[in-house]
Amino acid sequence: MAVAKVCGIETEYGITVHGVRDANPITASSILINAYINELHGNVGWDFVDETPGNDARGFARESFPPSEVESHLVNTVLTNGARYYVDHAHPEYSSPECISPREAVIYDKAGEEVLRTSMSAALRSMPLGQEIVVYKNNSDRKGNSYGCHENYLLDRALPFGKLVKFITPFFVTRQVMVGAGKVGTESPQVPRGQVPFQLSQRADFFEEEVGLETTLKRPIVNTRDEPHADASRYRRLHVILGDANMSEVSSYLKVGTTAIVLSMIEDGFMDDLDLSLSDPVSSLRQVSYDLSLKRQLRLKSGKRMTALEIQRAVFERAEAYRDSHGLGSLGPEGDGESVLTLWGKVLDALDTDPMQLSDTLDWVAKYRLVSGYRDRNGLDWDDSKLAAIDLQYHDIRPTKSLFYRLGVRTILGEEEVKAAVTQPPANTRAYFRGKCLERFGDYIAAANWDSMIFDLGSDPLRRVPMMDPLKGTRDHVGKLFDESANPAQLLDSLGS
Amino acid sequence: MAERELKKKTTSQRTEDEVVDATAPSSSEKSEKLKAELDDLLDEIDEVLEDNAEEFVRNYVQKGGQ
Repeated sequence: MAVAKVCGIETEYGITVHGVRDANPITASSILINAYINELHGNVGWDFVDETPGNDARGFARESFPPSEVESHLVNTVLTNGARYYVDHAHPEYSSPECISPREAVIYDKAGEEVLRTSMSAALRSMPLGQEIVVYKNNSDRKGNSYGCHENYLLDRALPFGKLVKFITPFFVTRQVMVGAGKVGTESPQVPRGQVPFQLSQRADFFEEEVGLETTLKRPIVNTRDEPHADASRYRRLHVILGDANMSEVSSYLKVGTTAIVLSMIEDGFMDDLDLSLSDPVSSLRQVSYDLSLKRQLRLKSGKRMTALEIQRAVFERAEAYRDSHGLGSLGPEGDGESVLTLWGKVLDALDTDPMQLSDTLDWVAKYRLVSGYRDRNGLDWDDSKLAAIDLQYHDIRPTKSLFYRLGVRTILGEEEVKAAVTQPPANTRAYFRGKCLERFGDYIAAANWDSMIFDLGSDPLRRVPMMDPLKGTRDHVGKLFDESANPAQLLDSLGS
Repeated sequence: MAERELKKKTTSQRTEDEVVDATAPSSSEKSEKLKAELDDLLDEIDEVLEDNAEEFVRNYVQKGGQ
């Protein structure tokens, strides 16, 4: 049987400093994250601020933005919800904790937006009037520079990687008809600008290979990074770099949910006779993204031709059969499998008849309707910078400025559960142990990582607690130990480490 | 424990209802409502948009990431 699809979403945010020309993005990211840490902890019990003296918020008292020297000590922190919040490649990145279900992954991704919003407000208070650090939850600057929103899924090591690539690629190339975040124009060097007024995906312009290890250059559709952050003899972590950062909860839920189902089917050999291999996946990826009619056919290796929707439909129908024969328990204990499947079918139906029905549901449709509505009303050309500005501002996450949040797109999460997820870890993965260690005994944690916690109790040598199984260290496993431990020494004793 | 399980059920039930609701078939009533909402936003969007669109778009430059 497929292993539990433990999953998570990493988001690199775009960052600018309004009111400052050519601000250093690494410095801005560090200030943003440090502002969050200060906001949470004040200056008590957390030595982080003292470790990065150059990043002191007082730097902003100067007229100009702090110079780049302060970046020598990059900020990297772990939150009590089990997430990692750090500076990566000149962007602030929030990596959600390991989640047991697609819905939980979306909750923790949305909690990440809350973390960034709080960071922005906290940073703003220490900045001179007229300056503001602002982040955008998108994937490109419209000038050819891209940054990612990656998904991670737990896989069985026994699954041969070549088989995974073969069956996941056609699904990856075509899922953007549902889950793309939309983009005005194109950044592909091979395509004349005017030829693509609007496309389904933020990222399709930036992929050049079918399979590979790269993530920043010559990006591949299937990334081969083999860093399981878990017992490598049993598990693999599929690191998906293809996707867009979603604003819409439904888009995000579909992205993670449908992918988790397809991976489960591949693991269980349930796709073995469903060969939808494309002749040229990389150019098909762009073809699909550029085709708003959703009618263009892609060429398969078998010689057949199918549209992206037909490929999605074939995989969806196979998933229905899989549900009947194997169940969808790998998507967590809360029935996500069934609701993802229902949603998937309905969205494909709606895309088939009239995609605009989904303008209050899916990102690309919502954005397209807004941009084209504004264009029609004002009689603008597609290359007008107002339309590009609307595209960017769709991804602004500040409530006063975000166009996405003004559109009233449908939600599936409750406000309270997202708020709780800002500080509380998921209950059913090892993230629970990580988060609770930080919440209860943060002063004694020398280092935290995905697969271990290192304690510094003062007198003894450092003590490392390995967490090689993402499904251990849950609330059921260790909740009682935390309740019974008054200090970290007691916790470590009862863990027997 | 029992309470937690009960809560879980309610949560997932709600998800499914809303998921179905989120893709309810298009009716003329729904299209009218969507159109009215969009019109409202289009009416006010110029007040929300960054002051100088051209400059905003030009100055939005990122270093590449992953």
